[in-house]
Amino acid sequence: MTGGLGSIGIGPYLTVSAILLVLGVFGIFLNRKNVIIILMSIELILLSANLNFVAFSSALGDLSGQVFTLFVLTIAAAESAIGLAIVTVYFRNRGSIEVEDITMMKG
Amino acid sequence: MMTQIVFYVFATVLVLSAGMVVSARNPVHSVLFLILAFFNAAGLFLVAGAEFLAMILVIVYVGAVAVLFLFVVMMLDVRFAQMREGLQRYAPFGAAVGLVLLAELALAFSHWQVAQDIGSVPHVVAAPGRTNTAALGDVLYTHYVFLFESCGLVLLVAMIGAIVLTLRERPMGRRQNIDRQHERTVADTLAMMTVPLGQGVAANGGFRRPEQSYYIASVPGSYGVTAEPVPQGKPVDEAPKHGADNHGGLAQ
Repeated sequence: MTGGLGSIGIGPYLTVSAILLVLGVFGIFLNRKNVIIILMSIELILLSANLNFVAFSSALGDLSGQVFTLFVLTIAAAESAIGLAIVTVYFRNRGSIEVEDITMMKG
Repeated sequence: MMTQIVFYVFATVLVLSAGMVVSARNPVHSVLFLILAFFNAAGLFLVAGAEFLAMILVIVYVGAVAVLFLFVVMMLDVRFAQMREGLQRYAPFGAAVGLVLLAELALAFSHWQVAQDIGSVPHVVAAPGRTNTAALGDVLYTHYVFLFESCGLVLLVAMIGAIVLTLRERPMGRRQNIDRQHERTVADTLAMMTVPLGQGVAANGGFRRPEQSYYIASVPGSYGVTAEPVPQGKPVDEAPKHGADNHGGLAQ
């Protein structure tokens, strides 16, 4: 089970990844006002998913995990680009980036 | 032993910097800690043997995404001190959600074990002697080529979407109009005048701007510009007019 990971094993990797995921979720709740930090928290969550992919890929000796990490990286880059574009346009129109203000589209 | 030390150093710094990302007071510091977190995650990737992904993480995340974040944080003129107001209100709730999530993950992982016959499952393994990058390329361009191409499509859509979202038509912008530039002839803008000897420019009405300036020569009506003649500046010296024959260049 610890094929490519040597003496470390998969447990510490999963622990670090879980802590990173929890920190990302905590950051989303903590920074309710700042959209940019929420986007950064999403990046942290995706990074923890990538860490899991790489750890399992290395432990099982299967390259598919690393390929999927590559795809996750692509999607994360596209997501942050679109998200920051939306933030920029929103700030231009409203003069603030507080999430609680974004209720204009509420029916 | 050395590997373990390296792993735990990277893991500790990664977790600490991730904590600073979500709790830093200044968003610029958050972005810088995010960059540190990405570097340490790349280190963890290296320890796990994924060299290509480690380099991609540094290049794409640190070089592009984090710098994009930094750019947006610095470009938006936001009063960040005001944004920290609701922090104490949401911190207990967020901590509770995080703790519940962590407990659930710990429960799931503690009762989780790898199937015994995992070795008999067909794996996508690297060919012997191939480096990590070459093996990744082998897999990516054979088994996952359509996913790879659709990733390119996703990036294209993201690029076009970002441009469409942020492109703003400035009403005072002066755009280049290629057709009008090519239609211009010398007679439109240049007039030859016979200047009497001994008289300066002021005596001939001073410097004049063309009555139809480049400003109007841009597409009329586009971007809300109405074609109004440019107000002609008074000549420097109120010399007696020579009549309308040498008034401006375009009149002739």
